[in-house]
Amino acid sequence: MNLQRTERWSGYVILTLLAVGIVVPFLSIFFASMQPSGSTVTGLSWPDQWSLDNYREAWTVAGFSGLIQNSFIICLGVVPATLLLSTLAGYALGTMRLPGGNAVFMFFVAGLTIPVELIVVPLYFNLDSVGLLNTYWAVILVEIALFMPFSVFWMRTHFRATPPELMEAARVDGASPGMILRQILLPLARPSLMTLAVLVFMWSWNQFLLVLILIQDPDRRTAPAGLGYFVGQHTTNIPVLSAGTVIVILPIMLLYLAFQRSFIAGLLQGALKG
Amino acid sequence: MSALTRLKDEAPVPSARTPQRAGGRGGLRRYKGYLWVLPALVFYVTFAILPAFHTAYLSLFDWDGVTLATWVGLENYGEVFSNPDYRNAVGHALLLVAFFSWIPILIGLLMVGLLSRHRRRGMTFYRVLFFLPQIVPLVAVGITWRWMYGDDGVVNQLLRGVGLDGFTRAWLGDFDFALPAVGLVGTWAMSGLCMMLFLSGVQKVDTSLYEAVRLDGAGAVREFVTVTLPALRGEIAVAMTVTTVAALASFDIVYVTTSGGPGSQTTVPGLLVYRLAFSEGKVGLAAAIAVVLSCLILTIVFAINRLTRTDP
Repeated sequence: MNLQRTERWSGYVILTLLAVGIVVPFLSIFFASMQPSGSTVTGLSWPDQWSLDNYREAWTVAGFSGLIQNSFIICLGVVPATLLLSTLAGYALGTMRLPGGNAVFMFFVAGLTIPVELIVVPLYFNLDSVGLLNTYWAVILVEIALFMPFSVFWMRTHFRATPPELMEAARVDGASPGMILRQILLPLARPSLMTLAVLVFMWSWNQFLLVLILIQDPDRRTAPAGLGYFVGQHTTNIPVLSAGTVIVILPIMLLYLAFQRSFIAGLLQGALKG
Repeated sequence: MSALTRLKDEAPVPSARTPQRAGGRGGLRRYKGYLWVLPALVFYVTFAILPAFHTAYLSLFDWDGVTLATWVGLENYGEVFSNPDYRNAVGHALLLVAFFSWIPILIGLLMVGLLSRHRRRGMTFYRVLFFLPQIVPLVAVGITWRWMYGDDGVVNQLLRGVGLDGFTRAWLGDFDFALPAVGLVGTWAMSGLCMMLFLSGVQKVDTSLYEAVRLDGAGAVREFVTVTLPALRGEIAVAMTVTTVAALASFDIVYVTTSGGPGSQTTVPGLLVYRLAFSEGKVGLAAAIAVVLSCLILTIVFAINRLTRTDP
């Protein structure tokens, strides 16, 4: 009994140590962001006087208000489109017996390992030649394509798991495939769609290299890409740089805390099934 | 139920359609379902598959991105493999695999060995925390660590605190320590994911298996080796795939922490693709590096899945 208790407590101690290791970088950047602008900050130090000036400066002078807005616009374009297209494809590949359906599905899955590096160079030149470079559209269109392998895979897995009797019954009653999807399957797919939505939002929000290349105009970039550019200009003013970093982290972190179940389920199952 | 009855009422001529389908006049009708797949396919092919092949095509040219390109065959690939700068970048990426993949997996397995023997309360809290590094943009992670590794950063503060003043340095500017320092950022980012993957995997193990080994008098170590480890085979493969790809295709963290420096101590293929194509006007060479990188990723992912799927 005693041994069990020490084992239990040592487990908590180790967990807590690791948790501290995870949290320290976040605290470090947060504390630094609260110090007076331009001051030299040392390590993890409690601010003598708390000030939000850095946030004000980052938000207005450094233009993070615009960057955050760009990020949201791109996410708003990417998430619904990805959900719609992958639902349609996943539905057909998961429930209809298509000739060669498996091959097409494997063709999608093969895209899971495509790194951005492999596609971004010709995309730059081709999107430039059709005048889409430096527009939100460039990033939105490519991200939809980039997230399609996982999304199709995810929705197909979902639709395959729904009991075929449900569809069979509706089919016997003469419902068209579209009606089956809209009226029977979609209401049931809400949790899967929710999880996919938060994952796609996160990937879109965090995307860096693609935005860096396809949007050269610093004012039109997304928050992370803007931050990457900003770090080059303001290497010495740690407090303002930290405030900018917190601003970029905050939206996605709040979303994570609000939908942590969906996030964690998606990251675990998504990785496992893939 | 009400939905079904409603459907029945709305359906125009149900009996007229069914026999036709059963009549097996297969042909084109069987392909009709592809209309649903088409939109996704069009996007995927236009903006991911074709660009990938286009990159492979570009890698056969000497092109500065502006003037006319000249065909050089496989010359760019020769350059990738013979120029030490480019070869080293691939080497750096492979070294990052140890930090992004092996260490986190070892940490994860160690934690599972320590924690899996009984369920504990409060795991939700730790789980939310351990996933945090997976959620935030890697750019932000990189900037945070860049500041922590700095002269006045947390790392040096910690070393001074325990009396190791002699060890303090600007970590990311140090020729020997810059690459491991960048690697440890990856370790920080990936460990939580590995740990949670393994912990959730171990919960699916039949508890009677554990009871059986324990009845045999096995200690914690043998229990881990005979039950836990084999049960986690799939999870380990997944963790290895995800983290290895992240290491090989790494760009964000390196770009904001060191941008390849000092010298070229931390350049990775991703950084070279970006730099060669968009600042140095060597588009063909950049494309060749991208192709080599992708082949490397494909090979390793394939190998991992092959090696771990030997069980029936």
